[in-house]
Amino acid sequence: MNATHPDSSKNAKSTIALSKPGPNGGISDRLQVIANGGSVPAEIHPAILDEDSVLDIRNFRLWYGEAQALFDINLSIPRGKVTAMIGPSGCGKSTLLRSVNRLNDLIDSVRITGDMILNGRSIYEPSVDVIELRKRMGMVFQKSNPFPMSIYENVIYPLRIDGERSHGVLDEVCERSLRGAALWEEVKDRLHESALGLSGGQQQRLCIARAISAEPDVLLMDEPCSALDPLATNKIEDLIDQLKGDYTILIVTHNMQQAARTSDYTAFMYLGHVVEYGPTETLFQKPLLQETQDYVTGRFG
Amino acid sequence: MIPTAAKDKPLNDSPTNADPTAPQRRAQRSTSSLLAYGEPMLWLTGGALTICLVMIIGLLVLIFYQGVSTFWPAPLVQITTIEDRTFMGEVTREEIFAPAETVFTQLAPEVAEQARRTVAANDGTAHRWLVRIGNFELTGDHFNWFSDFMIRDERRPEWAVTVERLSWGRFYGIPAAFLVDGAVVVDTSAQAWQRYKAHHGEIRKRWRQRRHLETHAIGKLNRQEEAARLDMRTALLEHGPDSARYAAARERLETVQRKSEIETAQLREQINALNTENSRYQLRLVTADGQEKNLALEEIVRAFPANRLSVTEKTAIYLSRWWEFFTDDPREANSEGGVFPAIFGTVVMTLVMSLAVVPFGVLAALYLREYAKAGPLISAVRIAINNLAGVPSIVFGVFGLGFFCYFVGGTIDQLFFSAKLPSPTYGTGGILWASLTLALLTLPVVIVATEEALAAVPGSMREGSYACGASKWQTIKRIVLPRAMPGIMTGMILAMARGAGEVAPLMLVGAVKLAPELPVDGIFPFLHPERSFMHLGFHIFDLGFQSQNSEAAKPMVFTTTLLLIVIIASLNLGAVLLRNRLRKKFASGVF
Ligand SMILES: Nc1ncnc2c1ncn2[C@@H]1O[C@H](COP(=O)(O)OP(=O)(O)O)[C@@H](O)[C@H]1O
Ligand SMILES: [Mg+2]
Repeated sequence: MNATHPDSSKNAKSTIALSKPGPNGGISDRLQVIANGGSVPAEIHPAILDEDSVLDIRNFRLWYGEAQALFDINLSIPRGKVTAMIGPSGCGKSTLLRSVNRLNDLIDSVRITGDMILNGRSIYEPSVDVIELRKRMGMVFQKSNPFPMSIYENVIYPLRIDGERSHGVLDEVCERSLRGAALWEEVKDRLHESALGLSGGQQQRLCIARAISAEPDVLLMDEPCSALDPLATNKIEDLIDQLKGDYTILIVTHNMQQAARTSDYTAFMYLGHVVEYGPTETLFQKPLLQETQDYVTGRFG
Repeated sequence: MIPTAAKDKPLNDSPTNADPTAPQRRAQRSTSSLLAYGEPMLWLTGGALTICLVMIIGLLVLIFYQGVSTFWPAPLVQITTIEDRTFMGEVTREEIFAPAETVFTQLAPEVAEQARRTVAANDGTAHRWLVRIGNFELTGDHFNWFSDFMIRDERRPEWAVTVERLSWGRFYGIPAAFLVDGAVVVDTSAQAWQRYKAHHGEIRKRWRQRRHLETHAIGKLNRQEEAARLDMRTALLEHGPDSARYAAARERLETVQRKSEIETAQLREQINALNTENSRYQLRLVTADGQEKNLALEEIVRAFPANRLSVTEKTAIYLSRWWEFFTDDPREANSEGGVFPAIFGTVVMTLVMSLAVVPFGVLAALYLREYAKAGPLISAVRIAINNLAGVPSIVFGVFGLGFFCYFVGGTIDQLFFSAKLPSPTYGTGGILWASLTLALLTLPVVIVATEEALAAVPGSMREGSYACGASKWQTIKRIVLPRAMPGIMTGMILAMARGAGEVAPLMLVGAVKLAPELPVDGIFPFLHPERSFMHLGFHIFDLGFQSQNSEAAKPMVFTTTLLLIVIIASLNLGAVLLRNRLRKKFASGVF
């Protein structure tokens, strides 16, 4: 934690200097530089440095085979807050998110350098037990992926694989998680029916219930609402509001309003680079960079 | 067609000089070829499907009709030929043929002339009937052809009786008398038949009792003696001829032998008593050509006056024949009686095969799909597995004989059954080796189907499981396998269908024409995987092509085929229902 501060503050200073001609100087010089394969340091608001960070991403780079997907990512994710990642599709948001719980290990071609520090401990050291690590995180995917089993078994899946047998504990966790995911009232009478019979929105909330049932440190959400209707989206946004505080939430979204409504901090990414990272309000109202302004107001992307 | 092709030419140039050609292009496109409308393809594809269906349905209808009609009691006809010989029997088949001149030259001159005239009046063709005349010990024939020009008279005698016997095939005749202790008690057809009906039931009961004593009680004594003898041999082999153990074992054998000698004598007495009682009753039948024959009632399995039967009685006989077919052992070189041992063998073998092939196939597919890193080696393995499916099944039979029977079975014999050597226990064909051979044969089917099912499990589900902190095996066990289960079941169904219908390899690894003992019975240790067994597929082959009385066996071929098809279909249906239940469990109702 301490180690990152000087680093990111340096970055912040240097980019402020660089960005001076930015706001009034035509369309997105930085994005042009990035698109041409150059590297531009991220613009990181100093407000973040005051937060207690739960996850530090340091000089993280990632390649899919020969193609580099992430370039020198430096982010610190504040504890108990909602951090949103926005950016045009293909910019590496999902990749970054999946790197946090090392889901990218499943892809043979992936190579990384750099590190991520969760609660002061490295995620990518060889000695790390990946399964233990994933147990401390919950993940919600873009496409809901309930398992082919009952609603009940879906929710308590993380406990099942830990070998929890006590019915008391399982029932209690199931109810708490479903209530947490605002699904309890809708499914409490059909807990033992197949989860695949639920509607799309219900399935996604079920996946959220599953993700929080083991009380993870960090909740990762990859465009959790992209396949849902507005009503279901509202429910899930309310849910994120309620969960904030208890959980650190990292959410990827392509929906500006959603990022603005639900998150405390927002990172704007472009082609594998973090362009600007700061408190959501600032980022959306008076960002340091013209590029960010353009993106959040929908002028490109 | 040709004009269209010619018009196509400018089309190719048109993109370069865009605007002027645009309207023309639209005009040209409106002339579509006949093929484009799809009608010829519709006829072609539909026709192909129809031909397939017609062939399959035709085959099924033929098998079904023949199979179902086999057991219907046929009426008896009495035929007198122009040569003044009389026969009686069941008409089994008829056909139209053109008699060659040799047919007439064999006849006496005056009747030959008459026959020639009849045939000539029919444009040189004649009708003939194949009649099952039975009475093999008197006629030396089971069947005879009768051509229409040869028949002078044809009648259906009221009291003609069909007799199904334990041996010598069927007997056809008219009851003349009923005999008790060799003396005639009654001497009219009706009365004799009455007596027959009164006595036959109890006599069959005594016969069954006798058979039970012979096979089970005496068999048990023999087994005890055999076991004691084996113990003695084992003691001799392990401890030498001078050892105390050997002496003790020999002592025991002698005790057992003495005891069994006494008990056997008692049993023999009982059996003799039953025999004597049974042999008192006889039915005298007169054949169509006037010969008399006394049949012991004990020898008669079933008899009925074929021409006097009402539909209800016919139905009763029909059903009782089916019942016998399902539950009894075969007799008369398999052409009569039942096929119960074959049904049992087929079902047990198929189930054991499934039990062997499914776990192995699924594990192999799991490794290939889930654990192995994709590469040339894995591709080669996959190709090899697919090719395995194309290897002729007899090759598997040869392999099974060499590997399972001789190598594995021989080794087992040497290790555990050395006392019985040189007569093999496991070192020869048996139901276990047959099942394993077929498991090997159907392994590719299961592997390929399972691999496909595993590949069809969405990656998102696996990722979801991993993201919850599941290990690879937990993910496979809890998510991938349940989700792939319907596909795996499909593989099993295909394997069962393939395996249950396979005959060629079985002939090498344990299917036999007649197996006196079932592989599962009440004798310790209840399961006898080393025993050879009967199989419906092999039974069909044996009936149709190995039988001396092939004409009599022919209807049984159809019936047995029908039964085999029904059994395979119901095994499959069971598996399909199971699969559908699984499918329903995972039925997705997204949005
Ligand atoms: N499994 C993969 N193999 C190779 N390239 C990938 C893979 N997944 C994503 N990429 C590439 O990485 C880049 C970032 O993708 P992603 O993280 O999914 O973007 P986002 O979620 O921001 O839309 C894209 O260029 C994409 O093509
Ligand atoms: Mg994405």
